[in-house]
Amino acid sequence: MAERSFAKEVKKLRLGSGQTFHGEGILAVTKGLLQSGVAYVGGYQGSPVSHLMDVLADGQEILEELGVHFEANGSEATAAAMLSASISYPLRAAVTWKSTVGTNVASDALSNLASAGVIGGTVIIIGEDYGEGASIMQERSHAFAMKSQMWLINPRPNLPKMVDMLEKSFQLSEASNTPLFFQMRIRACHLHGQFEAKDNVPPRFTVRDALDNPNREADKIILPPFTFLHEKHKIEQRWPAAVKYIVDHGLNEIFDGPEKDIGIIFEGGLYNVVIRALQMMGLADSLGETQVPLYVMNVTYPLVDGELTAFARTKKAVLMVEEGQPNYIEQSLNKIFNDGELTCKISGKDVLPPSGEYTGQVMKDGIADFLKKYQPDLLPDDVRDNTTVVDLSELDRAIPARPPGLCTGCPERPFFAAMKMLEKEYGEIHISADIGCNSFGTLPPFQIGNTIMGYGLGAASSSAFSSVRGKRAISIMGDGGFWHNGLTSGIGSAVYNNSDNVFIIVDNGYAAATGGQYIPSSARTLKQDERKARIQDAVQGVGVKWVRTMRSYDIAPVKSLVCEAMTSKFIGPKVIVIEGECMLNRQRREKPIMVQNIKSGRRETKARFYVEAETCTGDHACIRLSGCPSLTIKSSEDILREDPVAYVDNSCVGCGVCGDNAHVAVLCPSFSRAELVFNPNPWDRLKHSLRQAVIGFLQRRADRKRMRVML
Amino acid sequence: MNRPITIVISALGGQGGGVLTNWLVALAEKCDYFAQSTSVPGVAQRTGATIYYLEMFPKGRAVNNNMPVMALMPMAGDVDLVVAAELMEAGRAVQRQFVTPDKTTLLASTHRVYSIAEKMAMGDGTGDSETVITMAGQAAQEFIAFDMENLAAEMNCVISSIMFGAIAGSGRLPFSREKFEDAIRAEGKMVEANLKGFDAGYRAAQKPYNHKEETKAHTGEITGTANTPEATALIKRINALPEQAREFSYAGAKKLLDYQDIDYAAQYLTILEKFASQDKADYDLTRELSRYLALWMAFDDVIKVADIKTRSERVRAYREEVRAEKDQIVSMVEYMHPRLEEIIGSMPLGMANWVRKSPMLTWFFKKFTGPRLTDTTKIMPFLMLYFMASLKPLRRKTERFCQEYIHITDWLDRIRDVMVEDYDLAVEVIRCQRLIKGYGDTHARGLSNFKAIMAVIDDRGQVQADRVRNLRNAALADDEGESLKQELVA
Repeated sequence: MAERSFAKEVKKLRLGSGQTFHGEGILAVTKGLLQSGVAYVGGYQGSPVSHLMDVLADGQEILEELGVHFEANGSEATAAAMLSASISYPLRAAVTWKSTVGTNVASDALSNLASAGVIGGTVIIIGEDYGEGASIMQERSHAFAMKSQMWLINPRPNLPKMVDMLEKSFQLSEASNTPLFFQMRIRACHLHGQFEAKDNVPPRFTVRDALDNPNREADKIILPPFTFLHEKHKIEQRWPAAVKYIVDHGLNEIFDGPEKDIGIIFEGGLYNVVIRALQMMGLADSLGETQVPLYVMNVTYPLVDGELTAFARTKKAVLMVEEGQPNYIEQSLNKIFNDGELTCKISGKDVLPPSGEYTGQVMKDGIADFLKKYQPDLLPDDVRDNTTVVDLSELDRAIPARPPGLCTGCPERPFFAAMKMLEKEYGEIHISADIGCNSFGTLPPFQIGNTIMGYGLGAASSSAFSSVRGKRAISIMGDGGFWHNGLTSGIGSAVYNNSDNVFIIVDNGYAAATGGQYIPSSARTLKQDERKARIQDAVQGVGVKWVRTMRSYDIAPVKSLVCEAMTSKFIGPKVIVIEGECMLNRQRREKPIMVQNIKSGRRETKARFYVEAETCTGDHACIRLSGCPSLTIKSSEDILREDPVAYVDNSCVGCGVCGDNAHVAVLCPSFSRAELVFNPNPWDRLKHSLRQAVIGFLQRRADRKRMRVML
Repeated sequence: MNRPITIVISALGGQGGGVLTNWLVALAEKCDYFAQSTSVPGVAQRTGATIYYLEMFPKGRAVNNNMPVMALMPMAGDVDLVVAAELMEAGRAVQRQFVTPDKTTLLASTHRVYSIAEKMAMGDGTGDSETVITMAGQAAQEFIAFDMENLAAEMNCVISSIMFGAIAGSGRLPFSREKFEDAIRAEGKMVEANLKGFDAGYRAAQKPYNHKEETKAHTGEITGTANTPEATALIKRINALPEQAREFSYAGAKKLLDYQDIDYAAQYLTILEKFASQDKADYDLTRELSRYLALWMAFDDVIKVADIKTRSERVRAYREEVRAEKDQIVSMVEYMHPRLEEIIGSMPLGMANWVRKSPMLTWFFKKFTGPRLTDTTKIMPFLMLYFMASLKPLRRKTERFCQEYIHITDWLDRIRDVMVEDYDLAVEVIRCQRLIKGYGDTHARGLSNFKAIMAVIDDRGQVQADRVRNLRNAALADDEGESLKQELVA
C-alpha cells in the first residue's frame, strides 16, 4: 500500500469526450496515456514521478478493462528493457522514472533500444529532478537524448498542452521509429489544472496479440553488422523523419509580437516563467500576449534548423533560455546560425546564470540584461528590484535551517542511534551509505556515512576496502536498494571477492522514501510466508555464510551485533539484516483498527512517552541520539533554568526509542512511558483501585508534610 | 495590472498544506476563477517544509474563455498572500522576498516547530523568534499572526482549517465566507470539526498581531505564601536583598525548601546576603549568584528523582500531558538506570567508604544497578521510590552531598577572590555553573569542563571576562569537547 492512495482520483481516468478533467499533472498524463491507446506501462518510483507509479497501481482495474498491461518494474533498467516489446511489435508503450538517476540506471537498455529503433510508439516519462526541491545531483537528461539519438519533449507546463504533446509523442515516436523522453519538471508533476478529456482508446495491438503472433526481426538485434546499419538509419532516416513530423504538426510554437528585432527562444517547460517575467516588465499580459516574439521548443531535441533560422533571420539578437549546463542548445544555435549565414546575435548564459534553476526573479534579471544589451528602449523605467525592506542578513542569523530527517517512530532511528553509540566506543568507521530513507542517517543528529554513490550501491561502495584485514568498513543499504541492484552489484560481488566488510541491510518492508511502494520482500499483512522473497535467503543464495537478523528497536543488541561483526574472526562478507516496519505504513494500517476497537468497547492500550521536565537539565543528549520529530524542546517553567528542556509532543507513537536510548547511553531518569488503557476489564479496575488506595494515601501524606512549611 | 491573485502556502509535513491548497482551488473554481496550484514537496513527509503556490484568475477577464498563463512558482515581490504554518517558515518566506510591503498579506502561526539543529544544541540553540516577528511585521503590508497550533488544539481540529478560516478572515480573497465554508462541506471530510476550526481562524484573523511586551523582571516586594514564622522571616530576608535579585532568590529559596528544608533555604540566603553586602549597583553578581547557587545546591541526586516521581502533583501534570481522560487507567513506566556511584553516593560518608572497600557489599549493591523499567503506578516500585524520597532528612550526610558541598564552597571562594579585582570576571565565573548538569557521563563531562575553565582562571593572572565567556560557549558547542579544547589553546 503506497503512502498516498489515488483510489478516488483514478475515477477521473474514466472521463470521456465532452467532460472536463480537473486534477494533478501526473494524473493528467496517465489520462493522456489511456487516450493514446497505450498497450503496456511500467516504471520505477522516484520523486517527482513516484505518484505516477501509484496512480498506475491504483488504476489497475481501468487498465485491465482496456487491456493495458501494468508492471511495477524492479528497476529503471528493467523498465527500459521491457520496452524491447515495442521493437518488433506495434505496441504503444510508456514507462516512467526519476531522471537523471533513473536514466543512468536504464542507460544500457536505452542505448540498445535506441539503436534497434521501435515500431510501437515508445514514451519514457522522466521526472526531471532539477532545481528547488530536487534530491539528487544536478545534471541534464538532455545529454542522454543527444548521445543516443532519442527525442526530448519538454512541453509548455499546462495540462491541455501536456496531454496534447503526450498524444503527439506517440505519433512522433512511430513516425521516426525512435523512443523518446517526455520531460516533466517537479512542479509540472504536482500541477493542478484542467483540460478537456477525450475517450480512452484500447490498444489496437496488445501484448497478448504479440505473444500469439511472435515476430523475429534479425536485423533489429544489437550485433554487428546491424549496429552499424542502425547508426546509419538513425542519421539518414529517423532524424529527418522526426524533424518532418515536428514541422508538419507544428509541435514547436511561435508567439509573435511587435518587437521584431529581437526574440526569445526557450524550452517549452520555461514558457510560464518567461511570460511572467515579461509581464513584470510590462512586455506581456496575463493571457500570454507578448511584445517580444517567442519561439517555444516543445521539442528540445532534435532542433529544427529551418524553424530556428526562419525565426531569427531578420532579427538583431535572440535570447536562448535553457536551464542547466552545459548550454547544448545555445552551442547548436551558434552552429545553425553560422551555417545559415545569419547576422543575428545569440545571448544566453552570458546574461543568465550558467547553473541553477531559472526562477521568476532570475528570468526577469536575465531578460532585462538581454534588453539592456540589444533593445534598451524596451526596458521599463523602473525595473522594480527586490522590494524587501528588511535587513536580510539579520534574518539569516535568526532563522535556523530545517534539514529533513527520519519520521516519528521510524525503525531506522534506533539503528542509527546504535551505530552512533558504537562509534563512540569502537572509534570512527568508514561507512558507505545509500539512497533511501537511510540517507537521512548521514544528516544530523547521526552523521553516519561517508559517501552515497547511488541507489543500491551502498554495498558496492566499500569494495576498495574489501581485502584489508583488520578494521573493517561498513556498507548500509535499504531493502529497496537491495532489490534494485544491491544483491548483485554489492553482495554478490563481495562474495566473489571474499570481501571482509560488514553489510547492513535496513529492511523497513517497503520502498519507503518514495512513498511506501511494495518490493519483493514486502508482505501485505507482514506475515513472513506472504513475502515473495526474503533478503536473508537471497544473500545466502549468492553465497554469504555469515548472516544475522535483528529487530531494529533492540538498540543494545543491535549495537553488540554490529560490534561482533566488526570484530569477528570470520573472514568474508558479513551481512546483517535490521528489521523494522516503516512506521508511516504501520500507523496507517494499525491506527484505524485501534480506533475502531476502542469505539466498539474492546480493551486496548496506547503508549506514548513523557519527559519529566523537572529532572531534565536541558543538555539534550537524548535528542542528539534521536532527532525524532516528536521529541522536541520547550522553554523551562523553572525561571532559574536558561536552557529549554526536552519535551515529547502528542505526535509520539510510543516506539520507545528515546527511552531505550536513555538506558543504553545511560542518559538520565527523565523518560517515562505512559500506557493508557482503554475499556479496562474488571481485573484492571480492581488492581487499579487497590494500588490507588495505597499510593494515594502515601501521596496525600507527603503532600500534607510539604504543606506544613511554605514560602 | 491584469494580474492573477498569487498565494504562497508554506507548511511542514503533516500540517495539511495539501488539504488547504485543495480547498482553495475548489473555492476558486466554484467562484468562476481559473485556479492553478503546484508544490515542491521534496521530502516533506520527512519533516522538511513544503511550498505550495497558487494562482487564481477570474474567468470573466479571460478572452474566449482561454486560460491565462499562470506561473508555477512565486516571484519575489509578486505575492498577494503568504500563509505560513510555522513562525520560522514565515521568516523564510520573508527571506525569499515573497513578502513585500506594497502588496503582501502575511498570515503566520507564531508557534515553533524546532529544527534538529535547534533541538540538539547543548544549551539553548533556538532561533530568534523576536527578530523574525519584528521583521515579518515590517516586511508585510498586513501582518496577521497568532498561535494557530494552540488554537487548533483548543478547537480539537486540524491546523489547516484554522488557516483556511484565517485566509477568509483576512479578507484578502474576493470570495464570501459562505463560499469558503461550502468548500469544506463539498470535500465532505470531518466537516463539523473543520467548520469549527474555520470559524476560530476567521475570528482570530480579525485582530492584528499584538506584539506582547517583554515580560519585565519582577522587581517589587515579594509577598509569598509563608505559613510559619520561619518562612515569614525568610521572605523578609529576600525582600532585604537588592531588588534585581529578588525574583531569582525567591524562586531559589522555594526550590531549596522543596528540595531539602527551610534551613537549607536559609543557608542559601545567608550566602547571598554576604555577597550582596559587597556587591554594587546593578547587582548583577547577586542576581546571577541567586540563580546559579540555587541550581547547584539543588543538584540532582537519587533522593530528588525519587521524590519528584512519587508526588501527586507530578501524576496530575503527567496525566494531563498525555491527555488521559478523567479516571482513565494510565501506567507510568519510568526508564531508570541507577549506577553504583549513585547508589553509593546516596549513603552516608562512612557507609559509602565501607561499601566501596568491601567486594561483597559492592557485589550486593550492584544488583540494584543497570537499566530498569519501574512502573510507579504499581505498589512495590512506588514504595521503593517513596522510601528513597523519604531519605531526605539524611541527605546532608550523604557522600554526594559532601562532594557537592566541597565543589560549591570552592566555587564561592573563587568568586569571592575574583570579585575584588575583576567584577565582570566574577559574574562569568558564576555563570559557568550552567555547564554542570545532567546525570552520569553528562554530569561528569560538564563538571570536567567546568574544572578546566576554573583552572584557566587559577593559572593565569590576567584572564578577561570575555575569555571565560568564550570558553563557556565552546564547552556548550559540542559534546566531544573539541571546541573547548581548541578554545583552551587559543
